Amino acid sequence: MSLLSFFRWLQETPASVGIRESTWTYPVIESVHVLGLCLFLGFALLWDLRLLNVTLRRVPVSDVQARVMPWTNIGFIIMAISGALLFYEEPVRFYGNIFFRLKLVALVLAGLNAAIFHFFTAGKRLIEWDSSPISPPSAKAAGFISLFLWACIVVFGRFIAYNWFDPIVQ
Amino acid sequence: MIFPRSWFGFFDWIEHTRHGTIIRDSIWQFAAIEAVHLLALAIIGGAVLIVDLRLLGWTLRRQPVKQIARDAEPFLVGSLCMMLLTGYLLMASLAASKYYVNLAFQLKMVFLLFAIVFTFTVRRWLIYKEDAEINPGVAKAVAIVSVLLWSGVGIMGRGIGFY
Repeated sequence: MSLLSFFRWLQETPASVGIRESTWTYPVIESVHVLGLCLFLGFALLWDLRLLNVTLRRVPVSDVQARVMPWTNIGFIIMAISGALLFYEEPVRFYGNIFFRLKLVALVLAGLNAAIFHFFTAGKRLIEWDSSPISPPSAKAAGFISLFLWACIVVFGRFIAYNWFDPIVQ
Repeated sequence: MIFPRSWFGFFDWIEHTRHGTIIRDSIWQFAAIEAVHLLALAIIGGAVLIVDLRLLGWTLRRQPVKQIARDAEPFLVGSLCMMLLTGYLLMASLAASKYYVNLAFQLKMVFLLFAIVFTFTVRRWLIYKEDAEINPGVAKAVAIVSVLLWSGVGIMGRGIGFY
């Protein structure tokens, strides 16, 4: 079964039809997705900007990670669930939308950037950075790449609503 | 309807300004400004929430409230300016025919007015005090009111598209 025929099947499942036919469900999920942006991305930006030594400079990096990252993670879960539900409402349209595809690519890249930072760049060295006034270039690079990718993700996400190039598949 | 009838002429004038017309006639400008509006939303969300969660005692408890507030301030003010500018441009494109008659937009403006006034009076007065002078109960109340007012702005903003 191709991906497209799977999405066609998914779109006809009762819950997907139910979300489409309800007046309130879609707007509510979308509002959660937009407001969740404040928690998830707002805090992710603070973290990236801390790595770039732009803000929260007097808070040790390890403190920012321990106290701010849990909120970012909660925000991410809210974004992932609400985002998946928005996709589930109309999988075939999303599949055929160029901006949705670009958003997915950028999401994968942002995930890779975060994983590389977490497992290789930072690792257990985060505590060492607390005593140095500025973070190492590799940490700054991770922060900068993250800011750029998340900005792209927001822009692509907003553009999904526009059908300038729809559909790439029929 | 919240806006008085006498304001219609003003909104109609905005819609027919040069910038309103240009954005309305463009295929991509409204979407591009919307995207910038959303990016600024993430920044203002972070700048407001980090201080409110600190007031609630849910994050960065080892740092004084004042210090977090000072760090957040440039982002709060900068992103608010960006929100107001992009928001105005979005509104200008269809000021009279869409926004003036949209109840969600009118409610958003009411929430926005209260949120801005509250943030730069009561909340500002509280967050620049020394920690020892801050009453925990007052701090929690201020944080909750702040989150509710700004959420109202966001929810009504999203509501404009569905009204």
